[in-house]
Amino acid sequence: MATDLGSADATWSEQDPSIGATTDVELLRRAWRNEKAGPEILQFQDALVQRAREQIQLLEGTVEEFMENGTDDLVISLYQMDLDRTLFLLRSYLRIRLLKIQKYVIHYSKTQLWDRLSEEEQKFAKKCTDILEKHFERSVLSRLPYGYQSILRQSISSEEDDMVPEPQLDTFVFCKSKGAVGSFQLDDSGDEIVDLVADDLYILRYKSIKGLVEAGRIDLV
Amino acid sequence: MAGQSDPDLSIFTAPEVEFLAEDELVEIVPNMRMEALHMICGDFGPFMPQIAVKVPLWLAVALKKRGKCAIRPPEWMSVERLTQVCEAERESPREFQPLPFHYIEISRLLFDHAHDDIPNLYMVRSLIEDIRNVRFHKVETGLETISGRTHAVKLKNLSAMEVNIVRPFVVRALQAFYKHDSPEMIQQPEASASKRSQVVDRVPRRDLRPR
Repeated sequence: MATDLGSADATWSEQDPSIGATTDVELLRRAWRNEKAGPEILQFQDALVQRAREQIQLLEGTVEEFMENGTDDLVISLYQMDLDRTLFLLRSYLRIRLLKIQKYVIHYSKTQLWDRLSEEEQKFAKKCTDILEKHFERSVLSRLPYGYQSILRQSISSEEDDMVPEPQLDTFVFCKSKGAVGSFQLDDSGDEIVDLVADDLYILRYKSIKGLVEAGRIDLV
Repeated sequence: MAGQSDPDLSIFTAPEVEFLAEDELVEIVPNMRMEALHMICGDFGPFMPQIAVKVPLWLAVALKKRGKCAIRPPEWMSVERLTQVCEAERESPREFQPLPFHYIEISRLLFDHAHDDIPNLYMVRSLIEDIRNVRFHKVETGLETISGRTHAVKLKNLSAMEVNIVRPFVVRALQAFYKHDSPEMIQQPEASASKRSQVVDRVPRRDLRPR
């Protein structure tokens, strides 16, 4: 059942996002938003982060130059604000990823999701796992009887790793379509179909739109 | 850093939503001369006295605070347009009228920093307040129709701040319904009451709040 809580034609809502050149800030904003709103870690935006870093460095240099050659204070402060905003976005993006990695570090290191992490993030994750293992070992596991000492399994008789927390993909997310996505299946049984037109806003199960988010066809809000 | 929110319910803080809104473009009329700004978020200007130019809201507010420009309130922030929206909003109980995705934050920022640039300030403010209330009421009534069978909720034209406010409640409600409606949860009573066999699972499930 798709509960319709509202639909009216967009006449003067936002500008079409596909029109005009997208700036890196816009792309970073989108990546930040999706990362914050999605339960599972997404692919690290390597090239984008690299570009954002370069632009920040460049502007930092420019602002310094301005300070030396006595440019108007107003102009300097405006550039500084632009710089601060971009820095916030970049930091917040990196931080939210670290938070997510920390939370499900073992799960990420065991699955192909590992490839979504940047090199630095992988280093961080490895350290994190080490510390976590040592901590559990010292505080609890070493005092448990034989057979119950694994950090990954409840007991030696478990057939698979059943003590690894995983992100909850069953959760619901708010998402907005950029262009027309068309109809797609919501659940495994195939009796729930949703037709996404441009600029629609839906609450859907993350699992069912995971692919669309990863492909960048739909944005989380 | 302030404003880092709990990743569990993936909520943005209100300042974070406002941060996003500050990138929306507005028109300003500068009263000074300044060369074009080549910023990371885009190129803006050049700025000439009395010549309108589009800039992001944060830049407009920064200039306004220093008395360097007047902000032109967006077209949708006129008494006329808002009255239309408000009426339409009241007349259609199941639809949201299209408003900018960040209308709450934009209007709030303009009320706070550029109140002298908004004609009929009090009227505009109370209209937006009314529209917000009507829309929230609609969201609330809409939520009553959610049931275990709800796989999708359509909320076309709901704005960013509205999404953010209803998110924690809606997501938890949907999760709870989903969890209790899953086959594992339904199986349990079957084990004890054998009369109700597998057929139970086939019939459409009852809404918790039948209308």
